[in-house]
Amino acid sequence: MTQALSPRFKNLLGLLILAVLLAVVLPLVLEPFRLNMVGKYLTYAFVAVGLVLCWGNAGILSLGQGVFFGLGGYAMAMYLKLQSSTPEATKIQSTPGIPDFMDWNQITQLPFFWVPFKSLPLSILAVVLVPSVFAFIISYAMFRRRVGGVYFAIITQALAAIMTILIVGQQGYTGGINGITDLRTLAGWDIRTDSAKTILYFVNVALLLGAIVLCQWVRGSKLGRILVAMRDKEDRVRFSGYDVASFKVFVFCLAAALAGVGGAMFTLQVGFMSPSFVGIVPSIEMVIYTAVGGRLSLLGAVYGTLLVNWAKTSFSESFPELWLFGLGALFIAVVLLFPNGLAGLYRSHVEPRIDALFGGKGRSGSRPAPAPAE
Amino acid sequence: MNAQAVPTVITDQMGPDFLLAVEGLTVSFDGFKAVDDLSFYVDENEIRVIIGPNGAGKTTVLDLICGRTKATAGSVKFKNTELTRLKEYEIVRAGVGRKFQNPSIYEDLTVFENLEISFPRGRGVFGALAFKRDAQVIERVEEVAKTIFLADQLHQRAEYLSHGQKQWLEIGMLLIQDPELLMLDEPVAGMSVAERKKTAELLNTIIKDRSVIVIEHDMKFVEDIAHKVTVLHQGRILAEGPMAKVQADPKVIEVYLGH
Repeated sequence: MTQALSPRFKNLLGLLILAVLLAVVLPLVLEPFRLNMVGKYLTYAFVAVGLVLCWGNAGILSLGQGVFFGLGGYAMAMYLKLQSSTPEATKIQSTPGIPDFMDWNQITQLPFFWVPFKSLPLSILAVVLVPSVFAFIISYAMFRRRVGGVYFAIITQALAAIMTILIVGQQGYTGGINGITDLRTLAGWDIRTDSAKTILYFVNVALLLGAIVLCQWVRGSKLGRILVAMRDKEDRVRFSGYDVASFKVFVFCLAAALAGVGGAMFTLQVGFMSPSFVGIVPSIEMVIYTAVGGRLSLLGAVYGTLLVNWAKTSFSESFPELWLFGLGALFIAVVLLFPNGLAGLYRSHVEPRIDALFGGKGRSGSRPAPAPAE
Repeated sequence: MNAQAVPTVITDQMGPDFLLAVEGLTVSFDGFKAVDDLSFYVDENEIRVIIGPNGAGKTTVLDLICGRTKATAGSVKFKNTELTRLKEYEIVRAGVGRKFQNPSIYEDLTVFENLEISFPRGRGVFGALAFKRDAQVIERVEEVAKTIFLADQLHQRAEYLSHGQKQWLEIGMLLIQDPELLMLDEPVAGMSVAERKKTAELLNTIIKDRSVIVIEHDMKFVEDIAHKVTVLHQGRILAEGPMAKVQADPKVIEVYLGH
């Protein structure tokens, strides 16, 4: 092998560049308001990174990742809401000590499923566990019955719709269409100040980089290669002695857990959680981030998320009603013109030049097949 | 070799001399019986070839044995274990390997990775996460790659292989599982004459210590490898025995060989 840069080294370098960009460059050039906005975008990147494994590698398209993002976000929001609903702070309510929206809905006692969210460790656990357990139940039921492909995508989309309806309908328990708002402190620490937001931004960046490293490790293991193999020839994997369904369930749960962490970071940085981040539109948007970044590239997914959200913000500041059309057009353009997204463009146009610069040959995988045997 | 004649009546008390005992196997798709009350027995270290016209139910028989299709009735016993109740991956783990008709390999992975996935270790989710590519794995992959004539293509992406090489790769993926029963569905279909010869040679080297069931249309190839031939017609056995006997059977000539 006479390659100038090994793929492993390139991965590491790519991760380092992303880390410098997110943790050094952006905090230096952006004012706190804009930085907080980038922080919000980066919470979606957790979902996009999970989708790279789930959709890109394993070929399982989920149009319901908003559900898991929402479950993680709500778990955090419930904790924060209870923090700011002390009996002293809510003494004008008819039942002090419960969240305000419950009081408005004539609920007089904290519902049982809210009780664990009085504890921070349990809430953090719930951020990861609730989405993964829910993902496990859904995916186990479907993959055991060999539901896959388009059918799986449609069912996950239906779940996103059902979840929104459920949250909006159960207003006394969930805060309804407004969501859970007026969140103030995390274990006594005020999360609304600029300095808190900056700290949360860095926590978010660290967790995101950790998530990418975790996914890189999974992709580099034999399990990662089995996912690719399954996407290609599911039956061959099954008849090589693997229980295909359990691998699909695993990767779907992993993506859900990551989405949950993203949701929790969203709640912390934005200060509220509402059903508008759970439904069909946000779920599809998350798939588009992944598609734009390149569904086979973990780093690409992060850049795709940032780019699409930046476009969304700038575009919808001027033409809010046109944004959804723009997004749809973008998705179609990506699928038709560059199916591997930004990462694909990078690999076909930029990387060969970098390789040439370092005097190496192209990637070994791209060399043509030798003459076949007679 | 225990080349005994086909037993007439077999009850549940099977002797251990058969590796595979298929009895009364039936599957019906919406009333159409693709395989109808089929019984046959495969010895250890036997190469059995199944032939028959299109639609005779040959591939369905393999599907039934490996669990891809569920039987409507009947039993498939492998080393006295009932397979019809097991899941596909359990059947594989019991020692039954299956090659598909079209080369079924992972195009996006290299030849090495294709073979490695079939290495019988780390087959659970967490086992796969913890799987290490150690000396034992590398040695075995290289050994099998040599057997299937792909030793110098180990780091080639599988999609760049020729059709014949893909067929060999899939056979290699089965070899690395080291199954006691290997089932091959038209292993030489679409191969050149030279490739066929090499494949026959390959099959003759890999049958040591295992039984093989082959579906094949190429009579020359069948003659080269078969110990015993089973002729299927409309889901039933038309004739069974050594190649010479089957070829001389007027019924077989009528429905199959004559055309």
